[in-house]
Amino acid sequence: MLFYSFFKTLVGQPVTVELKNDLAITGVLVSVDQFLNIKLDNIKVVDEERYPHMLAVKNCFIRGSVVRYVQLPAPSVDTALLQDAARRERQQPAAGARK
Amino acid sequence: MSDQLRSLVDHPVFVYLTDGRTLVGQLMGYDQAANVILGKTHERIFSSTEAMKTVPIGVYVIRGETIALIGELDEELDEQADYDNMMVEPLDPVML
Repeated sequence: MLFYSFFKTLVGQPVTVELKNDLAITGVLVSVDQFLNIKLDNIKVVDEERYPHMLAVKNCFIRGSVVRYVQLPAPSVDTALLQDAARRERQQPAAGARK
Repeated sequence: MSDQLRSLVDHPVFVYLTDGRTLVGQLMGYDQAANVILGKTHERIFSSTEAMKTVPIGVYVIRGETIALIGELDEELDEQADYDNMMVEPLDPVML
């Protein structure tokens, strides 16, 4: 739940999602869910010339299971807060978390 | 999650599968696992040596596990795109 909450704070920010097959997509984070599925608006595929397949797609839903990285704008991340939350999560894992 | 796909129902969508295939169709339904029902489905087959081919395959139920991405297809942009001259490698499969 920690990262779900974390991503919720980033809604509205531009992010770049890199998939496990190296395809990278930049867009504005519209929403995220408990599976860390991601919805992006105004997408632009990084390296468009190599991937013109999605020229006609402006917003998309990306399944969490295929995401390798989510690149975030550094100023949007409060690392101290995140460390704190991670510490608390360790001491008291939320329901449904695996140890 | 139901909210994320709800806005796409009855819209033309572009579905990218983990095996690298690209489908285009009308999103008719979905569930919590992102299993999806796609109507009027066409598979778009890309090749670096030939123009893009489109194969109509009807109504499909696609298991969520095999879906990498669902995009809302902007029909205007789709019409403008020059698929007849688009000779590119198909999208890579996703190794989970």
